[in-house]
Amino acid sequence: MRRHSLVLVGLLAFVTFGFMEAARSQRSQQSGATDNTQKAPSAPAPSHDISGIWSPARGPGAGIQANGVAAMPDDGKPEHTPPYSAAGLKALQAHKPLYGQRAVFPSNLSNDPRDECDPLGFPRADFYQIRYEQFVQTDREIVVLYEYEKRWRSIWLDRELPKEVPDTRWYGYSVGKWADDNTLVVQTIGFNGEPRAWLDETGRPISDEAKVEERFHRGDHDSMDWTVTIDDPQMYTKPWVAMNKFPMKLEPKDFDIWGTYQQEMICAPSDIKAYNDSIGGSEYESK
Amino acid sequence: MRRKLLGALALVVMALFSVPVFAHHGSAGLDSSKKVVLKGVVTEWRWQNPHSILKFDVKSDDGTIVHWSAEANNPADMVERGWTAHSIKVGDEITVTVNPVKNGAPVGRIVQVVLPDGRTLGNSYTSAETGH
Repeated sequence: MRRHSLVLVGLLAFVTFGFMEAARSQRSQQSGATDNTQKAPSAPAPSHDISGIWSPARGPGAGIQANGVAAMPDDGKPEHTPPYSAAGLKALQAHKPLYGQRAVFPSNLSNDPRDECDPLGFPRADFYQIRYEQFVQTDREIVVLYEYEKRWRSIWLDRELPKEVPDTRWYGYSVGKWADDNTLVVQTIGFNGEPRAWLDETGRPISDEAKVEERFHRGDHDSMDWTVTIDDPQMYTKPWVAMNKFPMKLEPKDFDIWGTYQQEMICAPSDIKAYNDSIGGSEYESK
Repeated sequence: MRRKLLGALALVVMALFSVPVFAHHGSAGLDSSKKVVLKGVVTEWRWQNPHSILKFDVKSDDGTIVHWSAEANNPADMVERGWTAHSIKVGDEITVTVNPVKNGAPVGRIVQVVLPDGRTLGNSYTSAETGH
């Protein structure tokens, strides 16, 4: 009996994996993706070039960061608690997130500006729904295309970072410099912070005094790691690392990121209303 | 024994197929341990963010009609599970398995849908997907 069961499981596993492979192959054809498992070792990274379509090397789940920034998830562990200042703690307490240790219930108690379909802003755009991200590079700038909300920002390559910018904005003002052949260091200032924009899903704050450093290191042709450091003297007592060498992989050039296969992730107020009226409202969550 | 093995295999398959959701809200209102199977007729299908919405009417034993609302995933994740915007049409007779809300309202989260032609579309979630 046991032997028969094991044979049955083996057969089912064989069929299942066969089906998965067929499904994966079909998706690859639909998306234009190629089979990375068949690839030869990656070529060396090109010099001063991070252009292309990138995705989290560990899969899309790694980039969602629902429980906070990847290197410091809001899991209650002391080592994952950012060094809040008094002002930072005050702002944190005012934020009512849907995720993390301080998640509120029911959902309508949340005051996450994301749920009003406000722009995520920077740096939160780095810390939410990173699935596919495209870098379009010219001599003058790198345009970062975020999948969520189809937002974009520019990283200027042809100028110095000003000491300050006249007006803040949702996605800040970014300047990039090549630290070496394969490492781009980007500094960003001048973005909307508290109270209009949060740092992450768990309601950690960011102020308009912050400077954010992104370090993109392309280890070889097909892989790059991404480190983000928060330096915000208003909200935190010292700089801290929000993403630490977060691994990204290069997608094929013909990957269908904005095409027929990949779906849009647009926050439309009418959709939010329909959702809350049907599912996410008080009827859904009342005790 | 066979049932246990099949159950274990099903869990493995679900884990392998799962990709993350567009995490929009908490899931504390759901009873994720409970599954309800419902036969009904589709009255509305919205392919949208943050979660697609399926509305369907279920005839109860006493003949009254119960209007159910259930959330699926976001389109970016749904296509990974084989869904399209046209997978379901108004008027379709379907069998829906949901995790219901705890308060007893006819609302839930879709586990799977059996379509009129017999095909099954899954919508499994994991704790990693929902952030909880």
